[in-house]
Amino acid sequence: MTALDTTFLPTARERRAHGVQAVVRTGFLAITLLLLVPVLGILAVLVIEGAPAMTPSFFLDKPQKLGAAGGIWPALVGTVWMTGVALVVALPLGVAAAIYLSEYARDTWLTRLINLAIVNLAGVPSIVHALFGVGAFVHFLHFGESILAAGCTLAVMTLPVVIVATRESLQAVPRSFRDACWSMGATRWQTIRHIVLPNSISGILTGLILVVCRAVGETAPIMFTGAVFLRLVPPETVFDRSMALSFHLYTVSTQVTNVPRAIPFAVALTLILVVLSMNAIAIAFRMKLRGRKKW
Amino acid sequence: MVTTSTTAPALLSVRGLSIRYDDKVALQGVDLDVHSHEIFGIIGPANSGKTSFLRALNRMDEFMPHMRVDGQITFAGRDVRTVRNLYALRSHIGVVFPLPVGLPLSIFDNVALAPRLRGERNKTEIAATVERCLRRAALWDEVKDRLHSLGSLLSGGQQQRLTIARALSQEPELLLLDEFSIAVDPVTTMRIEEVLKELRQELTIVLVTNLVQQARRLANRTAFFLGGRCVEIAATEELFGGGAKDPRTTDYLEGRFG
Repeated sequence: MTALDTTFLPTARERRAHGVQAVVRTGFLAITLLLLVPVLGILAVLVIEGAPAMTPSFFLDKPQKLGAAGGIWPALVGTVWMTGVALVVALPLGVAAAIYLSEYARDTWLTRLINLAIVNLAGVPSIVHALFGVGAFVHFLHFGESILAAGCTLAVMTLPVVIVATRESLQAVPRSFRDACWSMGATRWQTIRHIVLPNSISGILTGLILVVCRAVGETAPIMFTGAVFLRLVPPETVFDRSMALSFHLYTVSTQVTNVPRAIPFAVALTLILVVLSMNAIAIAFRMKLRGRKKW
Repeated sequence: MVTTSTTAPALLSVRGLSIRYDDKVALQGVDLDVHSHEIFGIIGPANSGKTSFLRALNRMDEFMPHMRVDGQITFAGRDVRTVRNLYALRSHIGVVFPLPVGLPLSIFDNVALAPRLRGERNKTEIAATVERCLRRAALWDEVKDRLHSLGSLLSGGQQQRLTIARALSQEPELLLLDEFSIAVDPVTTMRIEEVLKELRQELTIVLVTNLVQQARRLANRTAFFLGGRCVEIAATEELFGGGAKDPRTTDYLEGRFG
């Protein structure tokens, strides 16, 4: 063998490195696949148990016998309303705050305090947000127990995450674009409007929708602020109280007696379908807005 | 080669300019004048304060919280430290950065941005400005058929000419170029240099460059910066013709360091 022939033969050290690399790769792959198990498991159980009850009339009828029979139409509509209110409230507030923090605020102790507060707010348990909602929206602002109060509570709960997601989308626009724009004599707002926002809007909206979707499933924040056990007509204004899917799931699975086994599963499956369809909208939106790579 | 008489007021006049980033001194006690319609070259090794100098001229320190500027900068007879309307000041000063910045807009919109920010609404007027600036930046022929494709996806050399076209669309009195040829191939560099020579008729250029020969080719006068100080300013011919007064300038020009 010449020297050249042995050049590409692995040494003992290289063989060991390749071995470690293979173990790490397979191990991490296994962990990733393991993560799919609970997701698929939940979906499978829900479909198997709930599918028999999923008839068109289940979606479109009002509940009977406190939810032990009939459909879920008022709850479905109520959830859509509450989510809508939460979206409408969280969007302008969250985006405005994120723009301020990302584009205007200087790095002072106050900004750092605000950022710290936002991170901590994201960690506050949802039942605490519910109590805040009762105090602030139901009583202090006189919204009463209503869709408006429930939606606002959900909005407050999701705001920190909206702000963080929006700020990250804004920060993803390179600083050099801002420098170029500022050096032309553009104001900060002109720079934001012409360069920064158009290039981060898809990320902002997707983040927002995904975050608010999570709020759809929350029970605690709406329990004392606008969701009711039973109200057979769908809401007509935001000042009405309403049933909601998440709360309805809680009542039919723990509070009502003699509920057929399939009904709670069907309600849960509906809830998941609502979230998934909203996610699908978010993804479609993102693909449409993003289009092609811009830089 | 310096045509301006010493009695004419300088377009840009700098006195005792010092720049610090927190505790780090970037520039110290710089005095210089830039006359109308000249190309003023600034050469010097890395970290000599050239880029900081440019940043101070159009008050970009506003966007850099750690940057402190002391001293006096007079542009068109106004002390830039006291100018309230910084946006107007910046719009009179075009800047070209070392790395080309094609904004994520169409080629047309890149060049139309400055007129639109000025409040220009007339579509034919904007289109005329875009064509004029692209032509003057020697880019028109390459992009005239795809004005509505993205400017940020052009090649590096094209993007740098787009950046120059964008700076020209501001109709600036002063053009600041910061090592514009770093990311540009030699042929494009020569084309841009030709453009700059022609632009001298209409505006004043401060050309920061790490290529000594580029200053020699373009600049009427050249300043040598070293370690945050302005070592020497002289007519380019004199400086390169062996007339440098400071031995450090001679050493740098002859490539003994830097």
